[in-house]
Amino acid sequence: MGLLDKEFTDGNIVIAKADDLLNWARLSSLWQLSFGLACCAIEMMATSASHYDFDRFGVMPRPTPRQADVIIISGTVTLKMATRIKRLYEQMPDPKYIISMGSCSNCGGPYWEHGYHVLKGVDRIIPVDVYVPGCPPRPEALLEGLLKLQEKIRNESLVKKTA
Amino acid sequence: MKNPQEILEILKAQFPNLEFQLDASLPVETFIIADAMAINKISNFLAENEELLFDSLMNLSGVDDANGTKVKDEEGNETINGGTLSVYYHLYSTKIGHKITVRVSTARENPEVESVENVWKTANWHEREAFDMFGIKFLNHSDLRRILMPYDWEAGYPLRKDYKNPEFYQGMKVTY
Repeated sequence: MGLLDKEFTDGNIVIAKADDLLNWARLSSLWQLSFGLACCAIEMMATSASHYDFDRFGVMPRPTPRQADVIIISGTVTLKMATRIKRLYEQMPDPKYIISMGSCSNCGGPYWEHGYHVLKGVDRIIPVDVYVPGCPPRPEALLEGLLKLQEKIRNESLVKKTA
Repeated sequence: MKNPQEILEILKAQFPNLEFQLDASLPVETFIIADAMAINKISNFLAENEELLFDSLMNLSGVDDANGTKVKDEEGNETINGGTLSVYYHLYSTKIGHKITVRVSTARENPEVESVENVWKTANWHEREAFDMFGIKFLNHSDLRRILMPYDWEAGYPLRKDYKNPEFYQGMKVTY
């Protein structure tokens, strides 16, 4: 019938669009940079641990930015740290994604007015894909954020850059 | 166990040329006011003396007394001229079990205090923090750099009452 039926004798073949295949591969193995900043990092670690099990979504921590796909900014971004975060982000290979976790990295949080040392939102230095609100967000909220990121990746295209 | 009054008498007997005062007017621990340029030898004595043995510096903190004259410029920015900055030393003797608080004050324009790093090693980072936040220079400190703020921070000392945060730091917007 079809071309592939004649080409291959066994039926062990799945046909997919290149976009879908690549997106599926990317969103199913989001390796995160193991990097935490403040109290949000404790929640992030709880999300990685057995009870919430980040690994079932293919998220596992990588200790080097060169092998990471996603960086979760989990905590207060001080001005001193901001320059380091920017460098870490630049060291990550494309495609790369950013989850901003918690009020501090979203907008400065409780430090918005008198925090002389705090960057009021990590999106001032790097482009954020998903913002997770909370102070700190519960692990469920971070998982929701990850699912939102997966949704975003699922709709990406090789030809048309959306991210 | 010695109370602040007794400790003051011991200090006065040991250093007859220096001025000491006791301040019990505030609803906090009674503290001894000492000379900023003699705090090193006073600390050494407090740590070594058999009756006192203050072997632990629990805390060292800077304070902006904000007791100078407040001046407003055309843009409404307030600066403080004159007055003092203070350093508080909270001491504890683990061997005897008594405590004392010592305060030294220094001029706001050129704040200089002797370092006590050679008496209590823990003073090293505490003094760096006081330097970082208030700009108090600790004489004879081995490594007086900023400890919390970035090394290239040029906007001043953040915990001073007349501090103004800069608009930008390394191209990053700082204000909300």
